[in-house]
Amino acid sequence: MRHCKKKQDKTIAYGGAETKGRTITPLVFLIPAFLLVTIFVLYPVVSTVSLSLFQDSKFVGFNNYLELFGRRSFSQALIHNGLWILIHLPLSVFFGLLLAVLLRQVKGGAIIKSIIFLGMVIPLVVGGILFRFIYDTDAGVVNALLRFIGLGSIARSWTFYPDTALISLIIGTIWIWTGFSMIVYSAGLEGIPIELYEAAKIDGASRWKTFWRITVPMLRPATIVVVTMTLLWVLKVFDVVYVATFGGPGGASTVMAFEMYLDAFQAFNFGRASAIATILTLMTFGFAAYMVNRMAKS
Amino acid sequence: MKIRKSTIIAHAIAWSVSLIWIIPFLGVFMASIRPFDEVLSGWWNFESFHLTSQGYLGAWNHPTAPLSRAMLNSLIVTIPSTFLPILVAALAAYAFARFKFPSRDLLFLLIVLLQTVPQQMVIIPIFNLMLRLGLLNNYLGLILLHSSFGLPWMILFLRNFFSVLPVEVEEAARIDGASYFKIFYKIVLPMSLPALASIIALQFVWVWNDFFFALALIQNPRLKLATQAIPVMIGRYEINWTIISAASIMVMIIPVVVYVVLQRYYVRGLVAGAVKG
Repeated sequence: MRHCKKKQDKTIAYGGAETKGRTITPLVFLIPAFLLVTIFVLYPVVSTVSLSLFQDSKFVGFNNYLELFGRRSFSQALIHNGLWILIHLPLSVFFGLLLAVLLRQVKGGAIIKSIIFLGMVIPLVVGGILFRFIYDTDAGVVNALLRFIGLGSIARSWTFYPDTALISLIIGTIWIWTGFSMIVYSAGLEGIPIELYEAAKIDGASRWKTFWRITVPMLRPATIVVVTMTLLWVLKVFDVVYVATFGGPGGASTVMAFEMYLDAFQAFNFGRASAIATILTLMTFGFAAYMVNRMAKS
Repeated sequence: MKIRKSTIIAHAIAWSVSLIWIIPFLGVFMASIRPFDEVLSGWWNFESFHLTSQGYLGAWNHPTAPLSRAMLNSLIVTIPSTFLPILVAALAAYAFARFKFPSRDLLFLLIVLLQTVPQQMVIIPIFNLMLRLGLLNNYLGLILLHSSFGLPWMILFLRNFFSVLPVEVEEAARIDGASYFKIFYKIVLPMSLPALASIIALQFVWVWNDFFFALALIQNPRLKLATQAIPVMIGRYEINWTIISAASIMVMIIPVVVYVVLQRYYVRGLVAGAVKG
């Protein structure tokens, strides 16, 4: 955020006779990056779109897409990604804000923040292992807690059952990614001028009112960042699903990125896998564009 | 001193919510140092308590996925994938920040767009390309892919950093006859160390933690990376929590150390708008 404020150009001005140097130099500076990006990012993106229109090297138009929406596994995956967003997003925003506000006034808050932020540092593969571990029948702390409060009868390995696998994973990613919203909100809180609070105090505003009338509106840019990033991560969620449930049982916790992996590298149906990737990317671009737009407005 | 009631409540809520975040880490650590049968009756259970190095040794020398090799493999991929793209990105970012050239803003918009591209969107053509070039099961392919995939957000991040650096020093150097490249590496790069630290921290952790690209391009068991070793260790039915916990600790300790050492830069880079992944 810090570096985005100034918009004006700072091109180097050196006076007249250097037009040649000024057009050649940027080219030389840009060539290595553009070669790599073109070969390994841009060309593959275009190629994936085109592959999605083919099946066994035969052009089939939008057939792969139509086929996808006819398949139960894909519509399931789509619904799961949607549910994931609906549940994860509000809770992650809520906990992030709560922790940012509370830990600011608590002794040892900085250390607790660092520990909570660890979720953003560890590999998601390890995250998937952690989920299986805490939900395990015997070794898991969740079931120990249930037994402790007398609900031992419902204790089980939560990731193994169709009706609880998905929600277990969603709760897990809330645990993993809330560190991000907490840190972004913490940075946002630091940026609110203290005078605003002093003025509110003089006017006799309650703490609750101050929070809703000053803190929340001032944190709007932070909220946009948190919502965008979380949306993009949840849309692309893959590692934790692969490790913790492998999309199962029976597709109960499958998601788009996982379906794409199965189609591409288990079924080797590149056409259909490319179609999933294209849908995923279009959704990503859509969300990103919408959010960037909102950010520009506010 | 009078302590307000609300302060006490705030502390109570903060500590109990924080506990939820801390317990899984504590659990996996405890599980990694205790024998399997004790872990099965709960790592929070201290009726019988023994320490064991079985977990760490078992993961390090695992028969099908030894972490000793997998972690070395991960380092071999991660270090070049971190440092190679930095110079490339810095050069391009400098051009975007300081020079005017045709269709600059259009190209920059393309870069911004490309940084949100999901891994799934490139992997099939990349897989085909690597197959044709003989770079499947070859770290060079993976390193090139990681380097290139990291470029868009690095360019964006560095351009934003460069464009608020004071331009006067560079102009003075130019008048004194320094070449553009000399200005770049003698003046601009040294002033950009904080931004470069952010990039190193994030890219290192990101490449180390990556699972999807490795899964697609590295299938030879001897060449598998650390993140790939963990799913192999899970096995089909019973999970040996002592070994898998120790493995998890060892695989995450590397990014955690990077984070602890470069914490300020790590957080700054992430918050500054890395719309990456």
